[in-house]
Amino acid sequence: MINAIKKSFKYSLPVLFGYIPLGFAFGIMLAAKGYGPEWAFFMSVFIFSGTGQYLIVSLLAAGAEIPYVILITFLLHFRYFFYGLSMIDRYHKIGKTKWYLIFGLTDETYAILSTEKPPEGISRAAFYTAVTFLNHCYWIIGSVLGAVAGSVLPINTKGIDFVMTALFSVLVVEQWKANKNHIPALIGFVLPIISLVILGPQHFLIPALLAVSATLLCLRPKFEKEERI
Amino acid sequence: MSDFYTSVGIIAAMAGVTALTRFAPFIFFGHGKEPAKWIKYLGKYLPPALMSVLIIYCISTVNFIGGSHGIPEIICIAAAMGLHAWKGNVLLSIGVSTVLYMILVQVVFV
Repeated sequence: MINAIKKSFKYSLPVLFGYIPLGFAFGIMLAAKGYGPEWAFFMSVFIFSGTGQYLIVSLLAAGAEIPYVILITFLLHFRYFFYGLSMIDRYHKIGKTKWYLIFGLTDETYAILSTEKPPEGISRAAFYTAVTFLNHCYWIIGSVLGAVAGSVLPINTKGIDFVMTALFSVLVVEQWKANKNHIPALIGFVLPIISLVILGPQHFLIPALLAVSATLLCLRPKFEKEERI
Repeated sequence: MSDFYTSVGIIAAMAGVTALTRFAPFIFFGHGKEPAKWIKYLGKYLPPALMSVLIIYCISTVNFIGGSHGIPEIICIAAAMGLHAWKGNVLLSIGVSTVLYMILVQVVFV
């Protein structure tokens, strides 16, 4: 396993440079709401999702209701389902770490494992496990360091929450570049704004999510027709 | 900060649902079984829409009528998007826009 980790390390480097600072920002944000490093540690171990953990900071601060947390997490992490689907064949008969690999299938881990081939001398299973494990460690280390820094250093962290908005802004641009059809992205802006104006910040999100999903389902015949052209 | 049990409940709910979204394809579909077409359709078109929804969620408590009128938020979202469209470097886009935002709310729009 040590050998596998050594050989897989360079494949995980881009994630190291991403997860340490992003995890760090999460830790600072969390500490700003009164949660220390032990909370950051357990959340990074058991949730292991950047988008989810950025979102949970505001859910914790607001003391959100559990059904609300379940619904918003489901919609936010719906994409993992599709990463999993495309990894079914790769993870088939992979051995005893299979369920850990599935648990650790983040956006970044998916990006590496779905594109890179294992290096010479180690098995596919060992490579997948090592990369997933290294990425998990980077995320934990970054978030705990951030929470320690946020609890100890006398820095003015006002405005650090914007890191979540910035992350989603970046993801919008990435989705915009990756998709030819921009109507879903525009629907995603317009319907929540209407919902927000009518219902206010406390109640707008779930109606907005349902309206967006329903609108997309109604547009299915149109979009699928366009795909065939 | 919520009390201990509320916090643990929220974290457990998110951890559980997150794990479920990751495990579900392996539990329900496995080797050689395909999901329904409408699920695949949503898998393709829902994520880009959800990212937009989440930006609105992030700025949903901003006061656009009074206070700073949401000017720091609009400037910094534009900065993050513009920088990302231009350079495509995730850390650069997030880092610059967040630091800019912190400066704006701590120094300029106090």
